[in-house]
Amino acid sequence: MKNNEILSQIPEIGEAQIQLLEKLSNAVSVSGDEGEVRSIVMEEIKAFADDVRIDALGNVLVTKKAKVDDPLRVMIAAHMDEVGFMLVDDEGEGLFKFEIVGGIDNRQLVGKPVLVGKEKLPGVIGAKPIHLTTADERKNPIPLDSLRIDVGPGNSKKCKVGDRATFGTRFETWGPSLVGKALDDRLGVATLIELVKHTPDNIELLAAFTVQEENGLRGARIAAYSMNPEVAFVLDSTPANDLPVWDEEENGRYNVKLNHGPAIYRLDAGTLSDPRLINHLVKVGDEFKIPYQFRQPGKGGTDAGAIHKQRGGIPSVSISVPGRYAHTAVLIARKADWENTMKLIFASLAKFNRDILSVDR
Amino acid sequence: MTELKETLKQLISLPGLSGYESPAREVIRAAWEPLVDEISVSPIGSLHALRRGTGPEPRPSILLAAHMDAIGLMVTGIQEGLLRFTEVGGVDPRILPGLRVTVHGRRDLPGLVVQPPDYLLEPAQRGKSVGMDHLFIDTGLEEDEVNELVRIGDLASFAQEPMELSGKTIVGHSLDNRISVAAITYCLQELQHMVHSWDVWAVATAQEEETLGGGFTSPFEINPTVAVAIDVTFAKGPGANDWRTVGLSKGPTLAWGPNAHPYIHKKFLDVAEQLEIPYQKEYVPRHSGTDAYAMQVVAEGFPTMVIGIPLRYMHTPVEMIALKDMERAGRLLAETIVRLEVDFMDKITWDEVKDEE
Amino acid sequence: MKSLIKKLVETVGPSGYESRIREVVRAEVEKYADEISVDAMGNLIVKKGEKKEGGLKVMLSAHIDEIGVMVTHVDKNGFARFTTIGGVRPHTCYGSRVRFLNGTVGVIGGEMLENANHVHAIEAMYIDVGATSVEDCPVKIGDVAAFDRPFEDLGNRLVSKAMDDRVCAAVLIETLKNVKNSPHELYFVFSTQEEVGLRGATSAAYSIDPDLGIASDVTMTGDTPRGIKMDVALGKGPAIKVKDGGMLADPKVVDAMVQCAQKHEIPYQLEVLLGGTTDAKAMQISRAGMPAGCVSVPTRYVHTPSEMVDINDLNNAVKLLTAFISETIKLE
Repeated sequence: MKNNEILSQIPEIGEAQIQLLEKLSNAVSVSGDEGEVRSIVMEEIKAFADDVRIDALGNVLVTKKAKVDDPLRVMIAAHMDEVGFMLVDDEGEGLFKFEIVGGIDNRQLVGKPVLVGKEKLPGVIGAKPIHLTTADERKNPIPLDSLRIDVGPGNSKKCKVGDRATFGTRFETWGPSLVGKALDDRLGVATLIELVKHTPDNIELLAAFTVQEENGLRGARIAAYSMNPEVAFVLDSTPANDLPVWDEEENGRYNVKLNHGPAIYRLDAGTLSDPRLINHLVKVGDEFKIPYQFRQPGKGGTDAGAIHKQRGGIPSVSISVPGRYAHTAVLIARKADWENTMKLIFASLAKFNRDILSVDR
Repeated sequence: MTELKETLKQLISLPGLSGYESPAREVIRAAWEPLVDEISVSPIGSLHALRRGTGPEPRPSILLAAHMDAIGLMVTGIQEGLLRFTEVGGVDPRILPGLRVTVHGRRDLPGLVVQPPDYLLEPAQRGKSVGMDHLFIDTGLEEDEVNELVRIGDLASFAQEPMELSGKTIVGHSLDNRISVAAITYCLQELQHMVHSWDVWAVATAQEEETLGGGFTSPFEINPTVAVAIDVTFAKGPGANDWRTVGLSKGPTLAWGPNAHPYIHKKFLDVAEQLEIPYQKEYVPRHSGTDAYAMQVVAEGFPTMVIGIPLRYMHTPVEMIALKDMERAGRLLAETIVRLEVDFMDKITWDEVKDEE
Repeated sequence: MKSLIKKLVETVGPSGYESRIREVVRAEVEKYADEISVDAMGNLIVKKGEKKEGGLKVMLSAHIDEIGVMVTHVDKNGFARFTTIGGVRPHTCYGSRVRFLNGTVGVIGGEMLENANHVHAIEAMYIDVGATSVEDCPVKIGDVAAFDRPFEDLGNRLVSKAMDDRVCAAVLIETLKNVKNSPHELYFVFSTQEEVGLRGATSAAYSIDPDLGIASDVTMTGDTPRGIKMDVALGKGPAIKVKDGGMLADPKVVDAMVQCAQKHEIPYQLEVLLGGTTDAKAMQISRAGMPAGCVSVPTRYVHTPSEMVDINDLNNAVKLLTAFISETIKLE
């Protein structure tokens, strides 16, 4: 395919895509209980997929056939789950003890509205009045043990121990920004839905909408095993920590920056990305003048950490949309970064061929 | 039942530490052999026993996994006739001083875990809980004989004899998780006079306490339709009373959380309700810490469930269980298995399942 | 043996970036292999022999990756911040030199410490390659380097960076050269990404699907002043692993190795290592599982730029492995 043809086929991020992202962001889908996002995904993709199945853990596994013979079998994964809570103890009067599912800093919990259970019952996480605290107490974060989810005294019959809950934030757009909870990884899910709807002709797309990423990359592991692809790309969202440093020195630990384009991974806690794939992404980015950045090598990880080790090894790389304040009640991402992520992944797939993998890693 | 109690007491009188399960495996094999159609040992030492169902082939199958390995100690060095050691599985060093053990050297030797007086320890250890690397096992033998009989890598197991206490409770070491092996045995006995269409794979897994090794490997070989881990869970007791604990003698637990398939959970729950088998709920927000954690993500993944048996004083030589909980777990397994229709899995629809009281 | 080790340890090859060291190994083994392949993870897989009566399909694994660093950011004055690849300990960094894949050499410096007795956190250190700005800095985000220290021959004792685990790659190469008339189908795997979680061996074990897995890797020693309490010493023979931080070696494999060593009068030690693990762990739980064990080379100062081994242990490890895989292996 010619480059200008590729450019003309790249899915746009328009009003409809933003609305879908809003729906996805507002859904409650804590690791292990991804039903709501799963139904949205199923509804969106069913008209476009050649095969869809839900596996033992609840992953949605989609096959979209290519329009060429002997196509490259490419897995693309995005996780449907989000960090959140599980109610673990009913203390009566609408007060519940809860545990965190996935990684959330305790200091992000206090004073937030939450949604509980399939009925999305509203609740709050309160705190002791400042008047009743001591100066010493105020120096330390409030321990999880002292926090409760409160659904109000009359409501305790409508939810129960074992229910999941998450932040109650509603999606908004603020100028160039997308603002909402769980954009990690609903941005990836929304991107992957677009790819199922608009797939480059040269590849057989194996789209994995995965579960339990925030609980140890569990869905991706079995998805990769059963899909057994030749190559895998992971679409995720990674924290943009591009904020000032306390001493006003240069910030050398920004992870990624907003407005700098999709973030390509080289090394994280789970994966050393396949250099052949990194080089391909870079080449395509340069050729099509799509801005991109490298995520700073370091901790954290994506579904690639599970995918690349399956069977005899699967060449893998991750691409993230930068987002500020991941794993809190509100994330802020830029629409432009999302658009450029869509461009980079689409053009990279359209330009992919087996020669790239024929040289030794 | 008396017979099963005796088998259980025999099982908890044996070592069979992680990686070295053969003594326990042989007793389990003898107990299961008359109850199943086929029996074999996996490459890493798990016991696989198949009891065939009556459904048409290819038959769905349910894997019941209980780990048979026990925690204990391993010799790391010999110093002036005294043995240095480390743990196999998770051992709290505070339970060790003064403990009776059996050292499995060239022959079995009685031993005692000893804590040197404070003034012989490095200053940081004095008056504190003394780290395992500062404790010794004394076999009472002379140095020469110790060097002859013991080598690095030899195991030491807890020497606690089984006890029967009131309320039909049993106390001993390695009830984690041989009580669950007994529950599977109870289930297999029940199935002798029941009709079940599914194949039943009874599996006593190896190396759970160290690597979940059995959980990672057995489902790969067996490729079951559903995999259930049966393992012990925390019973309320001194110092253990929060939401993570359940009542001793109040029935087996049904796990709810990411490690339990909601539909399988519901099936067990419905059967327990229908037959009025007492049960408790166990809430597991993240990992279950059982073989199910491994089994769920083997190969293409398996729908998993965790059945718990309440146990006090986990990972000590005086673990306590109620026989009633074991029997109820065994019965619940059997009664659920006979209610698994051939097309049970085809009827699973993911998002209609709710955890209803 | 010494010149082979020198060649192997002086090649730069941190986890994920093993292509250069793989070519060095490939040149050594090519003559002796029946088949050679490189898989998706970059493992070099050397097949030798066919399964004969009483034989097994055996995978032997020694990893060719080493610990290293990766640049995370180059600041406006040309200092390169970095993160670690594998278990790099902060106290081995300050003042160390590193060499990048592109040949650039740098020295590790650090921010001022509040207390000079403390150790720099990795985040408080940087690599100084002599640059003065982002523009003239020869390295950029994502570039990879290994610690740089020449090989030293102290007689019986050898010192270098990356003895972990290139000495065992040398052991496998020599074993491959020595083994003749084995009843086994042998796969010598020079594995990748061990230091970041046994990743190469995981996929190699899956695709080879052997009956028996044997790793060869370094282990620590307890023979230094007020060191760790461990009954393994340099020069007392290869260590047959019983347990480490990640696995219990199969007792049948341990016994078979011990009997083999005794039969051939090869000195050996038994190893219980409290931290760390090897490719054997990945093999043990691959697919339906397999018996797995490890022949370890006692090594002092593991994961520092100056790891020390004893040449006699290496020669005896070759003897032990050669004898072990030349005979039928009874796993009972």
